[in-house]
Amino acid sequence: MADSSLKQPIAAAAPKPQGATSGFQWGKWLLVAFVFGYLALILLVPALNVFIQALKGGLPGLVDTFTSKSFVNAVKLTVIATAITVPLNTVFGLCAALSLANKNFPGRSLLISIIDLPFSISPVVAGLMLVLLFGNRGWFGPLLDANAIKIIFALPGIVMATIFVTMPFIAREVLPALEENGTQQEEAAATLGATPWQTFWRVTLPSIKWSLLYGLILCNARAMGEFGAVAVVSGNIVGKTQTLPLFIEEAHVQYNTQAAYTASLLLACLAVVTLVLKYLLERSAGIQSKGH
Amino acid sequence: MTSFPPSSSQGFWHQILHASWPWRVTWLYLTLFLFLPIAALLLKALTLNPAEIWRIATDPVAISTYNVTFFTALVAGIINGFAGLIIAWVLVRYEFPGKRFLDAIIDLPFALPTAVAGLTLSTIYSTNGWIGGFLEPFGIKVSFTRLGVLVAMIFISLPFAVRTVQPVLQDLEAEAEEAAWSMGASQWQTFWRVISPPLMPAILTGVAMGFSRAVGEYGSVVIIAGNIPFQDLIAPVLIIQRLEQFDYAGATVVGTVLLLISLAVLLVINLIQARGRRFYG
Repeated sequence: MADSSLKQPIAAAAPKPQGATSGFQWGKWLLVAFVFGYLALILLVPALNVFIQALKGGLPGLVDTFTSKSFVNAVKLTVIATAITVPLNTVFGLCAALSLANKNFPGRSLLISIIDLPFSISPVVAGLMLVLLFGNRGWFGPLLDANAIKIIFALPGIVMATIFVTMPFIAREVLPALEENGTQQEEAAATLGATPWQTFWRVTLPSIKWSLLYGLILCNARAMGEFGAVAVVSGNIVGKTQTLPLFIEEAHVQYNTQAAYTASLLLACLAVVTLVLKYLLERSAGIQSKGH
Repeated sequence: MTSFPPSSSQGFWHQILHASWPWRVTWLYLTLFLFLPIAALLLKALTLNPAEIWRIATDPVAISTYNVTFFTALVAGIINGFAGLIIAWVLVRYEFPGKRFLDAIIDLPFALPTAVAGLTLSTIYSTNGWIGGFLEPFGIKVSFTRLGVLVAMIFISLPFAVRTVQPVLQDLEAEAEEAAWSMGASQWQTFWRVISPPLMPAILTGVAMGFSRAVGEYGSVVIIAGNIPFQDLIAPVLIIQRLEQFDYAGATVVGTVLLLISLAVLLVINLIQARGRRFYG
């Protein structure tokens, strides 16, 4: 953005080879048109379609789905799993970022790569790992069976799968913020007699709050929408272990298009809220979107 | 804050016993939720005998799923590599109405759950959908074919291609281009000689990250594809199908193949970035 503001006056003031200037403008609009076209085909039309399909059946169509028992249960389960996952990942993300920021020790960059690892592993493979651990033929299967504890095909499995795929979100946002802030303020607080805990709450946390919020928003969106990992471990039992994304797939497979799109509408609204908050944070707190 | 991680001059056990609690929480969490599951997969794979692993890993259905998964993901990554460069260029260099909106919507694939993406893409690209309807007279079918897999993979990998290139392009100084122009270089020369060299590592990183994400993708692909073996069945769907048949060995071997390839791609990404840093600081 700095470049474009820098560029205009130069382009206007400095005499350029004539052909370059006029061809440049022409090229500009061609490229802009390409971008609009490409994004329309891949992103805009599909996004718009969710709202149109969901609202096609009018209010009765929406109410039908919103009042169905399996839908309500799917929403509940998604909210519960997210409400457990996000705080746990927040504690982990903060601890990991605090352990890494402004420190130098052998293996530091390896540890950062390890924390980022879940983003590289297919969610389905993550789910498979949990089945091999906790499924009835897995490592802990007999032990869990003997104590009548269910992890796979139950809430704990869904939570663990969601934790796995969303693990890096908070750490990777908070770490750069901590590095940028340095340690002077914390050192000053410690000199003035603050305990580490006080320093964390009064000095460190306020200084990273926007980055933390940014990570939380992304983590939340992914947790609510996770499909692959949860599909493996949940068993997709209607009304019991069916999350919202699984509800959508099942409704789609059973040709219940209205129900699938109504549930999608809810998640699409979540996506819109996520994008708006993300955009606002990027503008006001200067955070850069870097993928994931 | 407190003195963690401990300096390397102290003994190993001393370090463990005196580590600060954020450090302990980090390792506990990683052990429980990351290392233990990965170990479960790898150790399960090791319990199978090598001949068995080879038979399962090279089974014709498995081979066809690698083919569909990796080839399609690579094509999606390359298409997005080009498109992402153009999108990043347009967003950084030009002013036009709707720019901020486009910039924000690039991240939609991160925000929109993949089940929703798969559902809406399959509707739009089906033979009676808005876009699929246009393609149908030309004999092009997208939904429930391999082309559908490609569309879903393009959707989910797009942001990587844009967001890796965009910041590098922003930091590029317009002065070098001005200089090249004023010395009589053509636009193409300026682009290939001045702009593209520092961008290359970013573009390749974006392609590799998009590829890696597309390889692992399940949600959107399973909905838009027909999931027919030898046609459009991808490896993650095969894993789920094998699990549903209680074929744990089959699922484990295919899962391990995917895991190892993901790790290899991650290594490549790190090498590209290290190279990029070395040359372009």
